[in-house]
Amino acid sequence: MSHGIVWKYGDNVNTDVIFPGRYTYQMMTPDEMAKHALEDLDPGFAAKVKPGDVIVAGKNFGSGSSREQAAACLKAAGVQAVVATSFARIYFRNAINIGLPVLQSEEAAAHLEAGDHVDIDLVRGEIRSARGTFHFSPLPESVLGIIAAGGLIEYTKSKLTVDEAEEKKE
Amino acid sequence: MGRTLTEKVLGRKAGREVRAGDVVSVSPDFILSHDNSAAIIQEFRKLGVKKVKAPEKIVIVLDHIVPAADEKYAQNHKTIREFVAEQGIPNFFDINAGICHQVLPEQGFAVPGGVIVGSDSHTPSYGALGAFATGIGRTETACTWATDEIWLRVPETLRIDLSGRLGPAVSAKDLSLKLIGDHGAEMANYKAVEFAGPAAGDFSVGARLTLANMSAEMGAKNGYFAPDDKALKWLAGRARSSFEALASDPDARYESVLACDLGALEPQVALPHSVDNVRPVAAVAGKPIDQVLIGTCTNGRLEDLEAAAAILKGRKVHKSVRVLVLPASWEVYRAALKSGALAALVDAGCVILNSGCGPCLGAHEGLMAAGEVCLSTSNRNFRGRMGHRDSEIYLASPATAAASAVFGRITDPRGFS
Repeated sequence: MSHGIVWKYGDNVNTDVIFPGRYTYQMMTPDEMAKHALEDLDPGFAAKVKPGDVIVAGKNFGSGSSREQAAACLKAAGVQAVVATSFARIYFRNAINIGLPVLQSEEAAAHLEAGDHVDIDLVRGEIRSARGTFHFSPLPESVLGIIAAGGLIEYTKSKLTVDEAEEKKE
Repeated sequence: MGRTLTEKVLGRKAGREVRAGDVVSVSPDFILSHDNSAAIIQEFRKLGVKKVKAPEKIVIVLDHIVPAADEKYAQNHKTIREFVAEQGIPNFFDINAGICHQVLPEQGFAVPGGVIVGSDSHTPSYGALGAFATGIGRTETACTWATDEIWLRVPETLRIDLSGRLGPAVSAKDLSLKLIGDHGAEMANYKAVEFAGPAAGDFSVGARLTLANMSAEMGAKNGYFAPDDKALKWLAGRARSSFEALASDPDARYESVLACDLGALEPQVALPHSVDNVRPVAAVAGKPIDQVLIGTCTNGRLEDLEAAAAILKGRKVHKSVRVLVLPASWEVYRAALKSGALAALVDAGCVILNSGCGPCLGAHEGLMAAGEVCLSTSNRNFRGRMGHRDSEIYLASPATAAASAVFGRITDPRGFS
C-alpha cells in the first residue's frame, strides 16, 4: 500500500508531450530525464512532483513514439503509478519493463481529481481515496515479477544466470 | 474456424496453433534499431552477457539524426559503429542508406510471414508485405538481443474492407487520416489491422507501406496487407530468404469489420495537436503556412516525390514558405534523381535533405519557432514535435503539401494538372 497525490490529465497524452523528441536521442541519467517529465504538457510538473505522486489520465495514455524515456522520466520523477482509462500498447510494455506500474481503471480515471490523496495496493488491485475505492485487474504474476525485480533488465539478468547454471549442470 | 494472417504467422513461429488472446514466445527473424541503439547498448551492457545471441538477426540503420547534428549525436553514432564491429553485426546501415522503414523492405528483410520487432513505433510498416512487425522499447530490444526471444500476445484483428476507386489527387495518406479521424487514435489499440476488400490490391506497395505505417497512429500492434502478385513481384530480387505467403482464411475470426468506399474520399488534413483531429482539406483551405515537409517513412517514396513534383514542376514555391524534401531512402533518392522529380522540386525552390527522419521527430534540420506552422506528410502532429511547443503541425498527403507550397496556404490539390 503506497500513498500519493493525484495529478490529473486528459485523453491521448502522447509520448512527445511526456518526453520531447529534442531530448530523446541524447543520453541522459534518470535525474536528467526527470527534469523534462511532461515538459510540453505541464511545464510546472517536474519542479512540483513529489515522490509517490500518481498520474491519472483518460484514454490512450502514452500514444505515439516507442521512446522509453516517456515511462522512465516519470519513474525517475518519483511517480509511483499511472492510472488511466487505457494505455497505448508500446507504452504499457515499456512501463512494465522499466518497473513503472500502469493501472487501467475507467472508474478511477473518471472520478479522481487533481490533488486527491490516494493509496494504491498493487497486489489486491485497489485504489482507495475519499471519493471511493476503485478496482483494477491486478497485473498478471509474470508482470508483477518484472516490476518486483525492478524492471526487465534485472528480471532477464536473473533468468540468464539461471539458464547458465542449468547449462552447467547438464 | 479459420485463422487470420497474424494468428498463422505467430503460430508458425511458436510451433503450435494459436488464437487471438494467446501469449506466445517467439524467436524473431530480425530485430531492428536505429540511432537509439546507443541507449540499447547501454541497457545491454547491464545484462552481464558479453555477446548478443544472434548477431545476424540484428539490423541497425542510422536514420534519426544523420549526419550527426552535434557532438553528442556523433558520440552515439561512434558507440554504435564500435558495437557493430565488436559483435560482428553484419546488417548495419550507416548515414547514407535511408530511413529504416524504407531500408528494411528494400533490402529484403521484410518478407511475407516474417516476424520483425523494432525499437521504433512505426515498425508495423513491414505488414505492407505480409510480415508481422511491431514496435517495442529500448530495454526490451536489449533483452531480445541477449535472449533471441520475446513474448507477444496474439492480437485480435480489425479488418478494413476497401472498395471503389480513389479520385484524382486523393491517396493512401488521405485514407489513413480519414479512418483515424472517424474512429479515433486508439481505434485499433492492441489490435492487428488488416487492409482487405476488393480495392486492397489496387494499392501500390508504396501506398501499402503508407497505410501499414499509419496503422501505428491507430494504436495497432501490427497492420498488414495479404501478400499478392504485386507484393511478390516487388519482392523478387530483394527478399533475403525464402518465405511462405500466408494470408487470412476466408472464415477467419475478426473482432470487427469496417467498410470504406474509396470513391467518396476527399483530401484530408489532421489539425494540431492530434492525429485524429481530421477535416477535409476544403474545411481549412486558406490557412497560412511557414514550412512544408515532404517525405519521411510515411510519404517519402518515389511515387510520393513524383506526386509532389507533378504539381511543383514549372511552378515556384511561395516566397513565404520553406519546403523541405526527405527522400525515404538512397534507393528512392537515386530513382528520383533519374526520374527528374528532384530536379523539378529543386527548380521550384525546395530544399533536399539527406534521407533520414529530419525534423519529423524534433531533433534537427528545420525545427520551428513559436507560432510557426508546418504542413507535413509525416505521421504525427503532437505539440512540440517539430520544434517549439507553440508551433503547429498539420498532416496531409504529398499532393496537398505540394499544392499548399505553391500558394503558401493550405490548398486542395484537386484541380492541379
